[in-house]
Amino acid sequence: MILQINNDHQRFRKIVKGRIRKDLRKFLTRGELIGREGKKYISIPVHGIDMPSFRYGDNDDGGVGKGDGKPGDQVGEAEGDGPGGTQEGKHILEVDVSLDELAEILGEELQLPRIEPKGKKQITSEKDRYSGVRQSGPESLRHFKRTFRRALRRQIMSGMYNPDAPRIIFERRDKVYRSWKTTLSPQSNAVIIYMMDVSGSMGDEQKELVRLEAFWIDAWLRRNYEGIESRYIVHDVRAGEVDRETFFRIREDGGTRISSAFKVAREMIEKQYAPTDWNIYLFHFSDGDNSSESDSRECCSVLKEHLLPSLNMFGYCQVASAYGSGNFINVVHEHLDDLEAVITSRVNNKDDIYDSIKTFFTPAL
Amino acid sequence: MNEPLPKAIAEQADIIAGYARTEGLDFYPTIFEMLSSEQISQVAAYGGFPQRYPHWRFGMEFEKLRKQHKYGLGKIYEMVINNDPCYAYLLNDNMMVDHKTVIAHVYGHCDFFKHNHWFSQTNRRMMDEMANHATRVRRYIERFGVEAVEQVIDTYLAIDNLIDPHSVFMRRDDRPTKPADRKNDKPKEVGSRFPAKSYMDRYINPPEALEKDRAEREEKAQASQGRFPQRPTRDVLLFLLQNAPLKDWEADVLAMIREEAYYFAPQGQTKIMNEGWASYWHSTMMTRYIVQADELIDYCEHHAGTLATSPGRLNPYKLGIELLRDIERRWNMGRYGPEYDACDDMQVRRNWGKDKEPKDRVVGLDSPGRQKIYEVRKHYNDVTFLDEFLTPEFVDDQKLYHYRQDPATGRMVVVNRDFKKIKQQLLFMLTNHAQPYMYVMDGNYRNRGELYFTHRYTGADLDIKYAVATLKCLYKVWKRPVHVEGRIDDEPILFSYDGEQSSQQHIDDNTDTPAHQF
Repeated sequence: MILQINNDHQRFRKIVKGRIRKDLRKFLTRGELIGREGKKYISIPVHGIDMPSFRYGDNDDGGVGKGDGKPGDQVGEAEGDGPGGTQEGKHILEVDVSLDELAEILGEELQLPRIEPKGKKQITSEKDRYSGVRQSGPESLRHFKRTFRRALRRQIMSGMYNPDAPRIIFERRDKVYRSWKTTLSPQSNAVIIYMMDVSGSMGDEQKELVRLEAFWIDAWLRRNYEGIESRYIVHDVRAGEVDRETFFRIREDGGTRISSAFKVAREMIEKQYAPTDWNIYLFHFSDGDNSSESDSRECCSVLKEHLLPSLNMFGYCQVASAYGSGNFINVVHEHLDDLEAVITSRVNNKDDIYDSIKTFFTPAL
Repeated sequence: MNEPLPKAIAEQADIIAGYARTEGLDFYPTIFEMLSSEQISQVAAYGGFPQRYPHWRFGMEFEKLRKQHKYGLGKIYEMVINNDPCYAYLLNDNMMVDHKTVIAHVYGHCDFFKHNHWFSQTNRRMMDEMANHATRVRRYIERFGVEAVEQVIDTYLAIDNLIDPHSVFMRRDDRPTKPADRKNDKPKEVGSRFPAKSYMDRYINPPEALEKDRAEREEKAQASQGRFPQRPTRDVLLFLLQNAPLKDWEADVLAMIREEAYYFAPQGQTKIMNEGWASYWHSTMMTRYIVQADELIDYCEHHAGTLATSPGRLNPYKLGIELLRDIERRWNMGRYGPEYDACDDMQVRRNWGKDKEPKDRVVGLDSPGRQKIYEVRKHYNDVTFLDEFLTPEFVDDQKLYHYRQDPATGRMVVVNRDFKKIKQQLLFMLTNHAQPYMYVMDGNYRNRGELYFTHRYTGADLDIKYAVATLKCLYKVWKRPVHVEGRIDDEPILFSYDGEQSSQQHIDDNTDTPAHQF
């Protein structure tokens, strides 16, 4: 019984994720449950599929409520509850869901673009395993031991078995054959290379934004794509690889030379990730305040000539900075705008992070 | 799922059943089962049943309920299904006092299921029937594939509100007779003739009136001859079942969905009364017999929680219990009858029968008030219940108001506390489950086998977007062009879908008219 609703539930999840029944996608709705934790309002997203039916339009005539209030008073204002009411039109709902859930929500709408099955050692897209038996099949797959056992049992039961002259004869119904199950496993090798600008022009606020975004991308990817590899590069005027911990904690100062990071990335890819075997995603986070125009141009040429041919995607996310020109994004647009694998986004404050991640991972429809 | 019912709770169930019978409730045997919150979310997603046919919509409901429970937004305290025997579910992490309250509440529902007239035609073996439906659908899935069966179900679900809940109590269609028989039939004087002694007959049934009546009948019969359907038909599902080009298994699935829709219809028609009645009884029995001193606070808190109202939403439990109590009080105090109804002096009405006012809120079995509410629970549904028993005093005491969106600010604001408007609004929300009345007017529109629907206008427009999407579903069933006539901003509009594109046109004198018109 528990199993049964799980099937319905799984099926619903798959529809929401757009894996099956694409015809229902147009009826998808995103609702929310509004909960309250202490003084905070929280919004819990709920997906729904709103099937059509004949119903009334929205020209209805209001409703009937209950409580105090004079004509003209707003319905639904917190009464005697002290501060903490919500005001219409201005959502002060705090989205407060667990990391796992947010990653799940992201995962429902997003996917790694242009991911392709690549690589050999980790490809296990469809695997057949002989894990059971069934009553029919080719003779070559006959399970001799089981067939024998069944025949023996039948003969004992029907009294045909003679222990002194044990002779076992199979009948058709005794025969048992090996059968297999097909298992699907994650099928792509992918590596994500994160590059972050940690120069002096990046204030604490900017670094915070960059880390948040990188963190969410990382959390989401790890949850949704098994066996993904992540590499982290930080740079100011020089660049170097760091581990994940350091990447999310590091504080540095100094100037900016973006090309340094690109060169490290290039080296990394050339040495370790052959594009024939790997889906490679490169993300760069910066305030876009490069030290010189010439370096910016150099970046573009490195990208264009050496990196992009190997990459599935290059994502550039630029945070707004109090100082500096933030010109790098423009240079990127200028030189690489026509390339599909290049996606850029700007993040000015925390609210933009979600949209930015969406820009990177929204599947092309 | 069968966690055995703890002995202490089983004993309580028996004791409470005893109190319930003393108070005059009468119900089918009731089986209680103990479920975890996860399980109760599942059963609730299935509409109370342990088994339903496989469909994603139950998974969707399940997810919502589970999230609600997980974040403490809603807890399903009680669930009971209309069946003989009744099945009811208890939540295993509840306290004993909650279990008692729920059990008392459930007996209220079971009594209502058994005795309320609107439930009288429901299948009391629905538990088995649902399991049968599940098996049948599963078999079709095995044969035709999940995708195909699911798509068919989705299509039918879009139209499963197009039923005629009153049709189970009467014969709607004239028996289809063979044309040859009809000619030989003598015009019968049915219906219009009143029973009378022979010497009074020509006064009670004057021949000219009979003749006029007969002629009218004839004319109607003549007019409806050759029409298809013979008269506007609300039971669209039945019409499709009989006339749409469905494969056998598709027809079977449609019949199941129709059967389930009819089974659930009375629950929609009596939400306020049913919950009010059950709440009335848990409250009465708990306070009178059951609740222990150390349980009092918890009981009160949960009872208050059940009946709590938020400003923009009416709580059916609250409205129902208060109105039933009001009726009981009124009948005890003699506040009814033509004299009372005619009195419009609020002061007099307010003091009416004060001397007879009972000391206790509950006055027991034989009081006229108690007898009245038993009668109400037998004969009424939400619409008739509110239509007949809602009084200005009640609306005033309960502080009901009418609200609507302020077009200037977009906020919901209180409009007024006008009794007439409030009542009208309540009745509108309850009539036909606040869904439009749709009729099949013509199954052979323009003599081309096209299907023509009309929305019978009662003050609110159809939602155009949804109507067009629904038309597409109907096309999948009918497989010929479908049309729906609606009134949008006071203009009659015909929406059509021919399998490739949808269109809309203004209905004027040049538009072909369907076989029937309102």
